[in-house]
Amino acid sequence: MTSTSRNDRSPDPTSSVIALREVHKHYGALHAVDGVTLDIPEGEIFGLIGHNGAGKSTLFKMMLGLASITRGDILVAGARVNGRDFRAARRKIGYLPENVVLYDNLDGLETLNFFARLKGAPLAQCPLLLERVGLAHAGRRPVREYSKGMRQRLGFAQALLGSPRVLFLDEPTNGLDPHAIRDFYATLRELQHAGTTVIITSHILAELQERVDRLAILSAGQLRAVASVQALRERTHIPLVFEIDLDVADRATAAKLLTATTGAQPELTATGLSLCCAREQKMRVIAALAPLSARIRDLRMLEPSLEDMFFGLSAEAAATPPAPTPSWN
Amino acid sequence: MELRPIFTVAAKEFHDRIRNRWVLAVALVFTVFSLVIAYFGSAQQGQIGFRSIEITIASLVSLVIYLIPLIALLLGFDAIVGERERGSLDLLLAMPITRTELLLGKYLGLALALTLSTVAGFSLVAVLLWRYMNSAALLHYSGFVFSSVLLGLAFLSLAIFLSVLARDRARASGLAITIWFFFVLVFDLLLLGLLVTTGEHFSGDAFAWLLLLNPADVFRILNIFSLDDVRTLYGLASVVPAYLGSAAVMGGVMLLWIIVPLILAKWRFKP
Repeated sequence: MTSTSRNDRSPDPTSSVIALREVHKHYGALHAVDGVTLDIPEGEIFGLIGHNGAGKSTLFKMMLGLASITRGDILVAGARVNGRDFRAARRKIGYLPENVVLYDNLDGLETLNFFARLKGAPLAQCPLLLERVGLAHAGRRPVREYSKGMRQRLGFAQALLGSPRVLFLDEPTNGLDPHAIRDFYATLRELQHAGTTVIITSHILAELQERVDRLAILSAGQLRAVASVQALRERTHIPLVFEIDLDVADRATAAKLLTATTGAQPELTATGLSLCCAREQKMRVIAALAPLSARIRDLRMLEPSLEDMFFGLSAEAAATPPAPTPSWN
Repeated sequence: MELRPIFTVAAKEFHDRIRNRWVLAVALVFTVFSLVIAYFGSAQQGQIGFRSIEITIASLVSLVIYLIPLIALLLGFDAIVGERERGSLDLLLAMPITRTELLLGKYLGLALALTLSTVAGFSLVAVLLWRYMNSAALLHYSGFVFSSVLLGLAFLSLAIFLSVLARDRARASGLAITIWFFFVLVFDLLLLGLLVTTGEHFSGDAFAWLLLLNPADVFRILNIFSLDDVRTLYGLASVVPAYLGSAAVMGGVMLLWIIVPLILAKWRFKP
């Protein structure tokens, strides 16, 4: 799903739509955001993940100019967020807050009209956007009658007003059914092709891992990693898991072969064997199994999930102070 | 500052109050009360029916002093804190609108709704009493309605300020009730207590200046002082010196009561 061509290109600050430099946010003694530097180039779908209280929302709010910056500098769409020209930049920024709460007494179209007027976007866009998020039939119904998913879609339509260059989406798929989630990401891809930059948070890590170009893991106000999911896998050294389906008669032979090549002890499962091994041994395992290829019923290789890496990095972060990551400077 | 976002927010607030029939309900309350007072205001003197515009205004003033501050505070107390609690404030502020413009838009829309319902509510009485009123009486009555609007705007301004100040809606409503109690019920009692305990040493002028610290008292002076018949009735002439009693000065003080809380609200409304 992730296009490998953009995975590891090093960010060029001049082309970045969002640039953070040594950004700090202190609430008294609490350092909610602690020295974050980050560049997000144009047209990237960028994920931001972290535990509750990791500083995600604070960082989001600072990038939108909703919270003051204690120290550091943030540029979004070419404008300094606390500067005078940021008002104009806001016309080109779309924002969907977490658990969006819209006005119950307005209907869908009135809601979009209101925000379009505030944003200076053409009102003619509103019915088109309702259609785009699949709410054309409900445009004249009051929002109080909307389901959670419909509200979320209306919120998304609101974020798309004015054809934004940058989209900030905080938990955008909350309350959406799987079908709507797929449509939602398809829309994001279309926007990406048109050059829109998207920053997205989600607590459903499995959903993000297939859909973002790069992501940042935030913990205790600091960035622990900024990379593509693939690059994170290589960096985190979380072992792969092979699942091999074999007849009972062949299991002992296979186990012996595998132990001989990898040194690891395979475990017996209901359908065969399971082996945990380092990423570098991937090809050696496959080669070791070659003599048995006719007898293997099925073979599955399980990559570590974003969740595994997230917990791995969080645990690492708790134990040691973060090392500077080479890809962001 | 740009006008378009201010008007957009104001239009939404105003339409909301029209649509949920708030304006209609408040106008009806004013109509019913003012009619009852106009016809039965002199019942304690053993008379029923409309007597003079001055007596009617004097009775209406007591009603308005209780009612309008309460209505204005209830109208405005959740203007900002309500958005904050719902979670829509961040969304609004992420739009190309400044905090000052948002405050002004909210204030303007609510002020328009309050003004419309006040004027509409009291107009019906004027229409019904048309044949009893000469041009001077009409002028007095218009002055009364205009000052009622100003009183409402002053308390709406206070409501917006406390809406910025309060952390949640519950606290905001508590504060609104406290402000109402203080200005409408407690303030005059405190002054009276001060007057009694300090006795002769407390000069009349200083006392009059203290009255300016309460928009409800400013409203009272504005209306009662201009009516010759009732001035002596209320004993205000002995308290308020002539240079303070003029409509222009009192009107100016009322304007300050509208502007200053809004400035304080802007000052407190920060990221």
